[in-house]
Amino acid sequence: MISQRTLTMITHRSIEEGIAMEKGKQSREYFDACSVIEMNDLDMLRMGIEEDSPVRVVSECGEVVVTAIIGIQELPPGMCHIRQGVWANQIVPIRTQSTGVPQYSGFPVTVTPAPELQVRSARDLICESVGMWREDGENS
Amino acid sequence: MVKILEGIGCPYCGCSCDDVRVVVSDDGKKILEVENACAIGTEIFLQATNHERITRPRLRQPDGSFSEISYEEAIDFAAKAILNAKKPLMYGFGSTTCEAQRAAAQLMEIGCGILDNCASICHGPSLMAFFDNGHPTCTLGEVKNRADVILYWGANPVHAHPRHMSRYAIYPLGFFKGNGFTERTVIVVDPRKTDTAGVADYHLQIKQGHDYDLLNAFRMVLYGYESDIPEMVAGIPKQSILEVSKILKGAKFGVCFFGMGLTHTDGRNHNVDIAISLMRDLNAVSKWSIMAMRGHFNIAGPNRVWCWTYGFPYCVDLTKGDYAHMNPGETSTIDLASRDEIDLFINIGTDAAAHFPIDAVKKLKKHTWITIDPNVSMAAEIADLHIPVGISGVEVPGIVYRMDNVPIQYRKVIDMPEGMLSDEEVLTGIANRLEELILEKAKICSPDSSEPISLESVICT
Repeated sequence: MISQRTLTMITHRSIEEGIAMEKGKQSREYFDACSVIEMNDLDMLRMGIEEDSPVRVVSECGEVVVTAIIGIQELPPGMCHIRQGVWANQIVPIRTQSTGVPQYSGFPVTVTPAPELQVRSARDLICESVGMWREDGENS
Repeated sequence: MVKILEGIGCPYCGCSCDDVRVVVSDDGKKILEVENACAIGTEIFLQATNHERITRPRLRQPDGSFSEISYEEAIDFAAKAILNAKKPLMYGFGSTTCEAQRAAAQLMEIGCGILDNCASICHGPSLMAFFDNGHPTCTLGEVKNRADVILYWGANPVHAHPRHMSRYAIYPLGFFKGNGFTERTVIVVDPRKTDTAGVADYHLQIKQGHDYDLLNAFRMVLYGYESDIPEMVAGIPKQSILEVSKILKGAKFGVCFFGMGLTHTDGRNHNVDIAISLMRDLNAVSKWSIMAMRGHFNIAGPNRVWCWTYGFPYCVDLTKGDYAHMNPGETSTIDLASRDEIDLFINIGTDAAAHFPIDAVKKLKKHTWITIDPNVSMAAEIADLHIPVGISGVEVPGIVYRMDNVPIQYRKVIDMPEGMLSDEEVLTGIANRLEELILEKAKICSPDSSEPISLESVICT
């Protein structure tokens, strides 16, 4: 069984993300909508990833832990999708091909099962990245 | 007695639907019901009065906590931050009115900074392609009344523009299309089997990142080189390309709507450029238009306002003082952030902290970060100063440009919470305060000058 394989990542809007975003980026709905990676079911089978389990997604510029689900909008094998937002942007490469637009779509990632890891909240991810996260949980 | 407001504009996507019906409580303070809007638009209206709002500016304290301050203090803080910054950048504007975008231009002109809007990470490449190649376009009304072939390329309106298909493109009964969708052919090009692809007559499941190849193949067919096309292009069989080419050529009036599938992937502006070239070729045998699926309800607004102000739609560099220039890759927000050139970031009417790659957020947050936004967004959470404002399109009326660049006057639905200001009022306040500070500073630097000091002379030197 292959436990690690390179996939092509894209990140786009979904209506679940749009509705949840308006409820607030710290809402449970936003967490549920955006902290998931949509994958092809055969890829998940080949890579030993169970549905609704945490996976570690690593790109050339970072990594993020999200929950794996079978694509609600069907993806071809070799492609995965994290809805636009805080979790996807932990791994989106900053390169712009001199246009101002980062590489939101079409960059390689590796996905590995990570049942021991927890998916973190949007606020924790952002606050830690910019040096505002405190271990006592009193993020400011 | 509840109030029923008709013909209200929706503050969500570039469809800028202006047929929303809103029911407001008898005291005019709470939105009770929303009709005609999509699920996301409805949520924006309902959230406006459904939760506790932050109604006064908040300033970050040395211990990391926020402390409430007055609007006057916040305006003074922002003006001094701009005055002391070498290269301030103001970014966002997707969810603001054109009036606020005009006030922002005035402010950054005085502050000698950079003005950028969400197109910079969205349809910026489309605008670059429009510069290079022009583009045949139309209004959404023409689409509704005339279009018989709709091509969605790299766009997923079911999710991103939920009423686009029902109000403008596929299902409405148009003047020359009285039978609605039965008279239209829908083609979707997307690497995923999206929900939009689910309602299409033809779904070309393209290999991700190979849009240029497929667009080129269609052009080859139009130029008579179909025998040179390989059996498979970008994951699409030659037979399908030929079949769809016939439909494209046979359209009485076709419209290509394209989205982030072209602008976020490899090729960026070149993908849009060749899509426009395909439209030009099609116009030799048929009638075709092309339109960008703009994201925010007024993201076309700053493009329009700054074009008539400076000649440039986004990435406007005003740091030279007396003239503007634009060069995506150099004066675009993400590139400026990646080179760590910005020493003051002002986020307005968007959420850069959630929607920028984290490496860009880290670089921008090394310096002062001011957020002007009605919501407690991620950009507000990490800001040094958060200035809450009225919600444009719900509490603040103004001009909005739809995705086809048709201006629409948005009306107010409810009042802002007492004592709050609009984006425009905050930006104008900062500009006025900055002007005072600049003149004060000039007087201190030249105490013996007998000539009155003008703002222009100070800025341009």
